[in-house]
Amino acid sequence: MADDGLYAALMRRGMSRRSFLQFTTAMAAALALPASYAPRIARAVEGAPRLPVIWLRGQDCAGETEAFLRAPEPSAASLLLDVLSMEYHESLMAPAGAAAELSLTTALERSAGGYLVVVEGAIPTGAGGAFCLVGGRPFADVVREVADGALATIAVGACAFDGGVPGAGGGVTNAASLREVVGGHTIALPGCPLNVENLVATIVHYLTFEEWPARDMMGRPLFAYGPLIHNECERRPHFEFGEFVQAWGDEGAQKGWCLYKVGCKGPETFGNCASVRFGEGTSWPVRAGHGCIGCTMPDFWDAMSPFYLRLPSPVPPFPNLTVDMVGAGLVAGVGGLAVVHGMGMYVTQRRRRAAARREVAARAGEGAVAVEPPVAVAAEVVAAPVAADLTEAAEPAEAVEVTGPAAITREPEAAEPAEPAEAVEVTGPAVITPVPEAPEPEAPEPPPAPAGDRPEVR
Amino acid sequence: MARLTIDPVTRVGGHLRIEADVAGGVVREAWSSGTMFRGIELVLRGRDPRDAWMFAERICGTCTGVHALASVRAVERALGVTVPTNARLVRNLLAVTQAIRDHVVGFYLSQLPDWVDARAALTADPAATSSLARSLSTWPQASPEYFRGVRDRLAATIEGGGGSPWANGYWGHPAYRLSPEQDLLLLAHGLEALDWQRRLMRIHVLMGGRDPHPQTYLVGGMSLVPDWGGPIGPGTHPPVPDRNAPSALSDAGMSIAEDLLVDARTFVDQVFAPDVMELARAYPDWATLGAGVRRYLSYGMFAEDGSDDPVQFLPAGRVAAPELAVVDTADEAAIGETAAHAWYEDPSGPDTMRRPVEGETRPAFSGSLPITSFEGANHYSWIKAARYNGVAMEVGPLARMLVAYAQGQADSTTALSTALTDLGMTADGLTSTLGRIVAKAVETQVLARRAGSWLGELRTNLATGDLAVADLTRWAPASWPQPAEGWSLGEGPRGSVGHWVRIEDGVIRRYQVVDGTTWNASPRDGSGSPGPMEAALVGTPVSDPSQPLEILRTVHAFNPCTACAVHALGRRDGTVGVHVRDLEARR
Repeated sequence: MADDGLYAALMRRGMSRRSFLQFTTAMAAALALPASYAPRIARAVEGAPRLPVIWLRGQDCAGETEAFLRAPEPSAASLLLDVLSMEYHESLMAPAGAAAELSLTTALERSAGGYLVVVEGAIPTGAGGAFCLVGGRPFADVVREVADGALATIAVGACAFDGGVPGAGGGVTNAASLREVVGGHTIALPGCPLNVENLVATIVHYLTFEEWPARDMMGRPLFAYGPLIHNECERRPHFEFGEFVQAWGDEGAQKGWCLYKVGCKGPETFGNCASVRFGEGTSWPVRAGHGCIGCTMPDFWDAMSPFYLRLPSPVPPFPNLTVDMVGAGLVAGVGGLAVVHGMGMYVTQRRRRAAARREVAARAGEGAVAVEPPVAVAAEVVAAPVAADLTEAAEPAEAVEVTGPAAITREPEAAEPAEPAEAVEVTGPAVITPVPEAPEPEAPEPPPAPAGDRPEVR
Repeated sequence: MARLTIDPVTRVGGHLRIEADVAGGVVREAWSSGTMFRGIELVLRGRDPRDAWMFAERICGTCTGVHALASVRAVERALGVTVPTNARLVRNLLAVTQAIRDHVVGFYLSQLPDWVDARAALTADPAATSSLARSLSTWPQASPEYFRGVRDRLAATIEGGGGSPWANGYWGHPAYRLSPEQDLLLLAHGLEALDWQRRLMRIHVLMGGRDPHPQTYLVGGMSLVPDWGGPIGPGTHPPVPDRNAPSALSDAGMSIAEDLLVDARTFVDQVFAPDVMELARAYPDWATLGAGVRRYLSYGMFAEDGSDDPVQFLPAGRVAAPELAVVDTADEAAIGETAAHAWYEDPSGPDTMRRPVEGETRPAFSGSLPITSFEGANHYSWIKAARYNGVAMEVGPLARMLVAYAQGQADSTTALSTALTDLGMTADGLTSTLGRIVAKAVETQVLARRAGSWLGELRTNLATGDLAVADLTRWAPASWPQPAEGWSLGEGPRGSVGHWVRIEDGVIRRYQVVDGTTWNASPRDGSGSPGPMEAALVGTPVSDPSQPLEILRTVHAFNPCTACAVHALGRRDGTVGVHVRDLEARR
């Protein structure tokens, strides 16, 4: 009875044919497929047996589990009863201790090669694994053993994706990602926490096409992590017209203007938050007036912080740039052009800008967003990109950097006070990995002079 | 004396291991061990204090928002900021929503399998279950067809051959005492609660932008703003109202929140509270088990004004059995922590008791892997032992309700008296495993009744033209005191939460968290005295050591969250021999 299909199970619990079709249509949309795929999804889902899932938690906050519990139709109750065969999940399962371990070993044997492993939380490898013990064993050992016979492994959330908050600034526990521990082709659904609709859509994609969705080089499905948040943001028109929130709660905030100047990381963050939103489309952070913190991006705790510091460079003026286009090299020519136009100026400006920031830091900042660079470099403005020019319309001119697609790569900020120049890497367009900023030096007191992109941060 | 181990203890936040010495069918001694460490406070060092709440928030995704609020309040005290009324009310609304949700889901998801036999529920008669449901409450989902549907659906999952969260539970254990119809009723409501909590938490998505981990806090207020109501000047672009997703402080947004809070109150009054009462009536002997340390602490919850030490809806204080009516103050200065039996080194010696603001410990795992038993081990947990004037205190809903009751807080007194009368229970019976569950239900009722009025106050305040959401006078680092030190004492659903922060040169120098579970699940201290949960387990019956169901009842009644509890302010040159991943490379 359990295996007569998801559709039958959903009908049994009272889902109507209509809402089932709405679900499949929504899934098609989430997967960035034409609506014409909905019937195919429906057929696949109708016949699918419950998929065995083993959900492991490591150095976690249960945020991904909580996100899972907020799944819209099919809801968490439905997922647990009708869609998935949740063999092991420490937050949800009735048995404990030895009985819980029995559930795990049973699943490993019964569904060998056919179960999905979902890993939440980082995997500490320091101190012999003692920073996370399950059943007295290092969590890393549990992960390796379980991943060994899996149909696929999915890293959910920022911690399993790249070490997350336990690994921020290096951390102390040697927090590793799922990929680092099991190697190979893990699927990654980062975010802090992830949007559960992306997890459901990934599973539905597998049920429909019998393969996992196309992914980027870090394992992130392109349907979810391909769009640039800035491109899909409802506040984007205000960016184009130079209408910015200057201080929290100001008139611009009430008018829903762009949050770029108060630190929004949307221009450098890939994800579908702006279109899918959270809570069944209810809202998302930018809608609620706070900037994006870039939580789907690698090492975002370091690469994107301080979170209220505005991004060092305006976005490349290609409104429809998406990561898959970058990956496919479609904009290589444009990138080259931008490099030719902008790179010479770019290097100079980065240097001046870093120096300016340090100067601001030395004066310990003022104004609502204390980290704004000073306005003294007007002469450096490059007029080429019209959008970027408008960006600055609300304020006396500032340095505008013209960067091609290569700008998607964030350069590490120099950590040495003695070395004002910042390394500029002209990386190929395909590279979308932000290189995290160098973390602070050790904390000897008194601290050294401010440096780099984090003025107040030492 | 036989040593019994439960690891992993499931249905808790984080990772928990329990060991117990059992003799004569009763627990003689118990050890509680948090088995996961992340070092978030360490990660916070050197960061911008305005960012701290985002890091601290990730201490726990179940206690979502709790640590964000505690963190901004600590930083605000350090910097001397008073948040505007609108921000305070939005914070209360976020906190109360989460508290209601956590209590309800904590009961149905974490505790139900300890008291309800899921396999027996499959034999329930739907018609009899329907009659039972209608005798307890006016909740409309109570037809025989409904219960038949739930029963068949559960049967398909539990007996369908595949795995499920219910597989390998201790079904048929002699300690289960409900009728199959009671079992089915509570399980059905558990599934309803899952759907209900998802709807309720839309309040967090509205007011926090996402859920879990709401993202609208600011040092000084909140990022939410009312919609622009003034004229649109020439050359600017008007905001476009989004009818599908109204903003939180618009009329439409607040109406959504209001409806959800009304739903919450209905669900709590008609489903959750009657279910807890039904369970409590069936297990009266559990009012005499699991007493623990019988000293209770609350820092108070829900600010009713904007000051550093506000009047709080649920008051702060301490009480101790048997004189539950005498309330003492709860002082920040009396709070201390020791790593005497935890996996840390203290430069001043293992038994040192430190104030959180002076926390100075370093992770130092001393066991051998894999761990088979703590027998003979002096150190056995990543949780440090929180103590008040050197003694263990229980925190959480029971502590808050006892403190509120002793202080005569009207809403709590009324609700608690009603519950005690219904159950024929004495106030002394509350100091028990069952008491913790009952107190949680009572507190949920109190909060569900109060929540809507904060929304009303918010509406009223916005209507007066006060649109301020953040005080930015201390936003710029130049305006900060040098150095700045602050703390916040508050409550999450699972107990008292304190954050301590020291800011120097515009960055965090020290950060320390003492969470509710740091109190409740703490290990022994320097004097060898056990933590509240360890103490509560002593005397717990264990009828079948291979199925330690009774131990889980007492553990889960604390709703432990070791993700919250474990923390340490260590040093980067820590003594664990861990090398910081690619830190050198980044330099």
